[in-house]
Amino acid sequence: MEAQVWVNGIVAGLLLGLALAAFRLRSNRLWRDAGRELWRRRRLALLVVTAFVAVALCDSIAWVGGGDSGGDDTLARHRPRSLLDRVFPAEFRERSYSAPLAGVEFYGGAPLDHPGMHLLGTDILGRDVLHLTLRGARVALLIGGLTSLIAIPLALLVGVSAGYFGGRLDDAVFFLMSVLASIPSLLLLITLVMVLGRGPVQVCIALGVTSWVAFARVLRGETLKLREQDYVQAARTLGVSELGIVWRHILPNLTHLVVIHFVLLFSGLVLAEAVLAWLGLGIDGSWGQMIDQARDELAREPVVWWNLAAASAALFSLILAFNLVGDAVRDILDPRTAAERS
Amino acid sequence: MSEAALEVSDLVTSFPGNAGRVRVVDGIGFRVGAGEVLALVGESGCGKTVTALSILRLVPRPGRVEGGRIRLGGRDVLSLGVAEMRRLRGREAAMIFQEPTTSLNPVQTAGSQVVEAIRLHERTSRADARRRTLSLFERVGIADPAECFASHPHELSGGQKQRVMIAMAVALRPRLLIADEPTTALDVTIQAQILELLRELQRELGTAILLITHDLGVVNELADRIAVMYAGRIAEQGGRREVLGDPRHPYTEGLLRAVPSRGRPGEPLAEIPGALPAPDAWPPGCRFWPRCPRVRERCAAEAPGPTDVSPGHRVWCHAVQEDLA
Repeated sequence: MEAQVWVNGIVAGLLLGLALAAFRLRSNRLWRDAGRELWRRRRLALLVVTAFVAVALCDSIAWVGGGDSGGDDTLARHRPRSLLDRVFPAEFRERSYSAPLAGVEFYGGAPLDHPGMHLLGTDILGRDVLHLTLRGARVALLIGGLTSLIAIPLALLVGVSAGYFGGRLDDAVFFLMSVLASIPSLLLLITLVMVLGRGPVQVCIALGVTSWVAFARVLRGETLKLREQDYVQAARTLGVSELGIVWRHILPNLTHLVVIHFVLLFSGLVLAEAVLAWLGLGIDGSWGQMIDQARDELAREPVVWWNLAAASAALFSLILAFNLVGDAVRDILDPRTAAERS
Repeated sequence: MSEAALEVSDLVTSFPGNAGRVRVVDGIGFRVGAGEVLALVGESGCGKTVTALSILRLVPRPGRVEGGRIRLGGRDVLSLGVAEMRRLRGREAAMIFQEPTTSLNPVQTAGSQVVEAIRLHERTSRADARRRTLSLFERVGIADPAECFASHPHELSGGQKQRVMIAMAVALRPRLLIADEPTTALDVTIQAQILELLRELQRELGTAILLITHDLGVVNELADRIAVMYAGRIAEQGGRREVLGDPRHPYTEGLLRAVPSRGRPGEPLAEIPGALPAPDAWPPGCRFWPRCPRVRERCAAEAPGPTDVSPGHRVWCHAVQEDLA
């Protein structure tokens, strides 16, 4: 239950940070224009992403008690239930599989407690699949968000300092990056999860550690270019310190890369978790895990398809929406394609 | 004469070459009096910009200042610590660059960059810095200061950007303004306006200017004194009238002859034969001798010492020395 509070806090903090960043960027004319252009081009994809975020947010606000909390079960009464959980009736479960909107159990045909109410059916334990799928949104956002929060600052720190200060530091960083790049990332990922233990934060750390290298390399190259710019030299002649230059002149000129990379990294991370889940190392409640559990169900006769279909569809639509947004973000922010546009 | 804004003597700045370190600036010396404009003239690659960067101790690595003395406003620049040096930059000496287009940070508004420059050296509120920036913008001749303040560099013209750069450079009323080819990237009408502005500021604020240029027209407009540089050394130095009106060094003469003039239409333009060699191929002795019309046997053997042709007018040339002897 402690962990639950933790996770809620992280998700809420992430969303708050994102909102703050968006607000700050809005005060800048360039970013406001970019935002408008993005909205014009990718309205649907943005709405899909927003819907997922809203569901995740609803699932992150949880408290104990209140409302119809589940009959006589003492344990259930003391379990925090999120806004999302409260949308569904309490004790909204059956004993086993049931097909979407069915009135009876899938195997055996015993009558259900809630006939015709499970929009996407129930899983092997009788849990409502729609509920599970919606809950997966929060896990997906947690994976993408928290991991980006680990990987991007790490990449910024390493890439920018290597590119800006160069010399020995650059050599050391390059060595480190080469070493990390030479280890098969899946192997490293599995090892890290084994070492750190299973759990949402641990998996995010493992994913973060394996996914910063490519971005750090990009940032290093860009920093190498930026530090030779005239305005950096001009800042030096005005007496700006080295850190001041990094803060005021290098980092702001890398923002577009960070935004582009964040959006593209995000969907990659959600997919990577699905792979981990398939190996049995995923985060509880993720779509990856749902897909993993549904594997055997495909071999049953008659086939249980709704579990797999729901999780896959959710995963697919989130990733497609994110990739579409990412693609547009890159088009809009990348100076090369921006020149073609105008 | 009051204390000099800048005094440079025996400055040597070197870069690593194929065979040991190459002295790109080799023992030059000059003085910029308070409120005076000294033009440092020379071809591209003769070490003008490296000299300017040496003064601020910003020679890009692996280059380094190897010797000499630089006194900026009475302080020995080469003996200062890193933090002291940083306080000196912008406050005692500021610099204007050739390319206004790339000298402003593209993601920040013009105004906020000047505000930051002020707040870097003075503890003052944002509102106060903003007020000062707006009045500076007005002073440097920006038509709509408030509009310009909120604009990003790509929304400004080249001339406006150079005005912003100048505003930033004079924001802290430095004793010395180093202008590295301030008008090269601008078109001719804007050039004249910027030069006029620099002259006004120099008179108004009493700022000394070290003007680095290869444009003798600009020199004639603005300079009080001139130092002609060739291949890392000074060839001739003196008042504007003396150097431009009565050039003694063969190199200066050649430069002046190569200026197109309306008085001689149709005539082919004079040129100095050959080209400035790369720093690691600079000849021994006087560095100009392979291209010099008045070359002597001594020229290849030893570097010429200074000869005073008139008070304040010095020439480094064996031939001139012989003329006077």
